[in-house]
Amino acid sequence: MQIINQMKLEFLSIPENEGFARVAVSAFAVQLDPTLDMLADIKTAVSEAVTNAIVHGYAENMGVVSISASLFENGLLSVSVADRGRGIDDIPQAMQPFFTTQPEKERSGMGFSVMQTFMDRVTVESVPGEGTTVRMEKKLKEA
Amino acid sequence: MEHERRRDTLTVYLSGELDHCCAQSIRRELDHLISDSSVRHLVLDMKQMGFMDSSGIGVILGRYRAMHQRGGTVSVKNMNPQVHRIFILSGMQQVIRIM
Repeated sequence: MQIINQMKLEFLSIPENEGFARVAVSAFAVQLDPTLDMLADIKTAVSEAVTNAIVHGYAENMGVVSISASLFENGLLSVSVADRGRGIDDIPQAMQPFFTTQPEKERSGMGFSVMQTFMDRVTVESVPGEGTTVRMEKKLKEA
Repeated sequence: MEHERRRDTLTVYLSGELDHCCAQSIRRELDHLISDSSVRHLVLDMKQMGFMDSSGIGVILGRYRAMHQRGGTVSVKNMNPQVHRIFILSGMQQVIRIM
């Protein structure tokens, strides 16, 4: 599969960057001429992944969130959101709808469910103590 | 935060974006507005809200719990399609009326 464009983005794990990250990725994806609904899906999924990195990956600590995105000739968008935070002990449990480690903060536990609903494919790699990478794919147009 | 009171119903006009970053200030403002115990019904008008992610689910369900405890209700209106999808995905329509 031929890559037609690629970008990388790094920013500090502060909540103010959630909006910046989702707008940056959706602006990058515009090159594949997606529909407005598709762009809204991308913004939402990226927002969830970045929020997870800030809220769960780094929690009270400050760290760097890295995003890389690629556009492919066949109309596919691939986005990775990575942190070098505390990692996830039990990925299947973390991905269950409504599972949250922070109910007192009114976290809904729907982050991964939203990512899975709004993107075509979501995979999670995580090593406790080393960090988490969420990879997402969405087909934005037929080749 | 714009709002309108009619008898025991408070309508709050949400605008902008509701993500984890904005959630705390929106939560605080809503809690202040519903601290008046004579408010029995809270209506969230989302016509001017361009974006919401799952952090918004937590904010809305948290206010639902507070209103439900005093025998009140929470309703939402004018959701855009993206917000509507998140709303349905979370099952909120089981406890929160869509007007």
